[in-house]
Amino acid sequence: MRRHNSKLLNKSHMEPDFRQEMKGMSREKFSLQGRNRKGLTRLGAGLLLVVLALTSVLSPTSVRAAETDQTKQGTSAETGNKSDAGTDGVSAAETGNKSDAKSGEKTVTLRVCNWEEYMDEGDWGASEAIDLPSGKIIGKKAMIEDFEDWYEKNYGVKVKVEYSTFGTNEDLYNMLTLGDSYDLICPSEYMFMKLISEDKLVPLSDGFFDSSNPLNYYTNGVSPYISSIFRNHEIDGKAWSSYAAGYMWGVTGIVYNPKLVTKEEASTWDILSNPKFKNRVTIKDSVRECYFAAVGALEHDKLVNPDFVNSADYKERLEDLMNNTSPEMIAKVQNWLQNMKDNVYSFEVDAGKADMITGKVAANYQWSGDAVYTMDQADEDGIRLDFAVPEESTNIYFDGWCMLKSGIGNDPDKQQAAEAFINFVSRPDNAIRNMYYIGYTSCISGGSDPRILEYLKWKYGARDGDSTAKPYDLTYFFTGDEKNLDPAYLLNVPAESIQRQLGAQYPAKDVIQRSSIMRYFDVDQSKAINSMWVNVRCYNILKMPVWGWVLLILALAGCVCLVIRKFRRKRSSV
Amino acid sequence: MRFSRKNLCIPYALFLLLFVAAPLLVLAYYAFTDGTGRFTFANLTGFFTNPNTMGTLVYSLALAAVTTLVCVLLAYPLAYFLATSRMKSRSVALMIFIIPMWINFSLRITALKEVLTAIEGNLAFYPFLNAVIGMTYDFLPFMILPIYNSIEKLDPALLEAAEDLGANPKRAFLQVTLPLSIPGVMSGISMVFLPAMTNYVVLDMLYNKTYIMGSLIGSYFAAYNWNGGSMIALILLGIICLFTFFSDNSEKDTVRGGARF
Repeated sequence: MRRHNSKLLNKSHMEPDFRQEMKGMSREKFSLQGRNRKGLTRLGAGLLLVVLALTSVLSPTSVRAAETDQTKQGTSAETGNKSDAGTDGVSAAETGNKSDAKSGEKTVTLRVCNWEEYMDEGDWGASEAIDLPSGKIIGKKAMIEDFEDWYEKNYGVKVKVEYSTFGTNEDLYNMLTLGDSYDLICPSEYMFMKLISEDKLVPLSDGFFDSSNPLNYYTNGVSPYISSIFRNHEIDGKAWSSYAAGYMWGVTGIVYNPKLVTKEEASTWDILSNPKFKNRVTIKDSVRECYFAAVGALEHDKLVNPDFVNSADYKERLEDLMNNTSPEMIAKVQNWLQNMKDNVYSFEVDAGKADMITGKVAANYQWSGDAVYTMDQADEDGIRLDFAVPEESTNIYFDGWCMLKSGIGNDPDKQQAAEAFINFVSRPDNAIRNMYYIGYTSCISGGSDPRILEYLKWKYGARDGDSTAKPYDLTYFFTGDEKNLDPAYLLNVPAESIQRQLGAQYPAKDVIQRSSIMRYFDVDQSKAINSMWVNVRCYNILKMPVWGWVLLILALAGCVCLVIRKFRRKRSSV
Repeated sequence: MRFSRKNLCIPYALFLLLFVAAPLLVLAYYAFTDGTGRFTFANLTGFFTNPNTMGTLVYSLALAAVTTLVCVLLAYPLAYFLATSRMKSRSVALMIFIIPMWINFSLRITALKEVLTAIEGNLAFYPFLNAVIGMTYDFLPFMILPIYNSIEKLDPALLEAAEDLGANPKRAFLQVTLPLSIPGVMSGISMVFLPAMTNYVVLDMLYNKTYIMGSLIGSYFAAYNWNGGSMIALILLGIICLFTFFSDNSEKDTVRGGARF
């Protein structure tokens, strides 16, 4: 489950339970053996008959269900034409949005699907207010309710938000395949790339990018650094920015206990296979995260080589290297991961945060937002944890809002509400509320609104007279300039916060320099990588010790003997 | 129309059709097609030719077998003791062993995780042992109950007859009680063995890094490979059918076998 934050203990089992539900298919076969066994043969025969009789009735349905997967392309091609017409309509509606007479009494329903625990739920106490020079920020009501009020006030239309959540990008995709429909979703970059390439998304309207409209908080406030990434990355010739609006972003790194692990040891992907920490490090149970770490560790020498780092096209070469999916690389990764599997404590789904705090593990591969949360929690328990970003490269990720064709369809009212929703959560005070609540980093830098910078100073600024205070440059995030320094965006922070929450939430410039996007793998690449992953996680029968083979053969022989005896006895008794 | 008792089965038959037969058909469709809907055996042959997936099958079988064995060894003496004791409140005593079933299972495993960590120091050193302990903890009541029932229902006259015919208590147990309680053991086994092959939640929560059949199916579905996942589910189903078929026979046999002694 990617990034969310809540009561640690409860959360750690929600995922297994949920997954168990998902695997209802494997559950149902237990009902077969629980049944009265005396009547089983008869029942079985009866069942078979009924099944046969109903095959004709059922088969169209089942085939249709089965076909949903493969007719994706077909249907998306159809909807393609429709939504083109739709967007035109929307732009028209968008321009005249304030005098909305024709919508009248109608209520628009907006179905939003977001990560679990990824949006402020309000109910803050008065003492929790964030006191910034530009005013106090407090979450009294849930973000969703605030949006409903705000939308009605500004657009004159009632909106009802149906909010649901998902646990992983893959879950979301499977939910969509199974026919759940949403208007606005918030997947990670590789998933929205997949959706773009499958033509499942509605492009953002022109009105959304109109910077003269003061309600367009996203366009006016998105970090220039983030928006340039969104503009410069494309899939099938379509830029991310025309389909997705950034919500949160971050990098991957290692949360570690400085009493047990040095900063140098934690600053490399090799820590995962370092025998010094046998069974004391954990990694995400996610093939993409593991693949990135493995490539980083395998290519260590090349990645830290100054010649490579200082080359003119470093960024492109880095991205190509980190996204290498050649068969040779996959084989090497498999080998590395198989060794790593014996070295790590676990492949954790959501337990890593709790295990860091309880001290079960010394280091944990983590998303920066969860790292912030883990360090905050540990601070409360009086345990100090630090965050390090591997020196080789780090995976920079983005979660972005995008609109689904299957949900928005031809409805301009819906699209207007969806885009307004993106703008509302991008309003700097709302971005701060969300960041404060979930620990992740908003893609919003505020534009001319100073509140994001004020929030950073409020949260991380050094106190007067702090002798350890150090300057911390965030020019890249606020201006998009990765080379030069603007003193306006130079924070004065306590030195230790740089390798702790601040360094995780707003990575330093050198970290950003060595960050690489992990691309979306196409069908063939995914297939190869997924089968590599199965090979890593499964028990290789060829590695079974001799006594294992002996036992297996004995057990098989025993079964065969039993069966033969049964049949003989049966025959003799007849 | 005259009401027939058979009509009482209609609701269940409908349920069966909707939630067992129909999904099974879909499962079979997926298992024997590839991503584009063409008929193929590739999923089947792929499973049996990959040493890693075969290894997982063996690993799951071994895990389930050991778990079942431990469950039988723990449950039989207990069930025997409970069923034959002269305690007035036998059912209360039985309750004590059933009560853990009322507590949410993931909560129990979380507690177990902490206990095991306290004992072992680091869970990751004994993954197989931990999985067996976790599964046993989870499934033991399913073994106790059927054995208890089968022993409790034994006609005491049979034991008296054995005594009258000169059998000492040990012999009476071995030749009367034990064979006649085998059906209970068998039904206990079928309730423990098969879930133990697939219940990967226990393994996940106790940090077993190796997949078992359940987690393997899950990983296929997470990677959108519904065809491969369905095939593995179908293979499991086949194993279960075989197992049920043979335990079905053995039940009748042992009843007769017991009488033959």
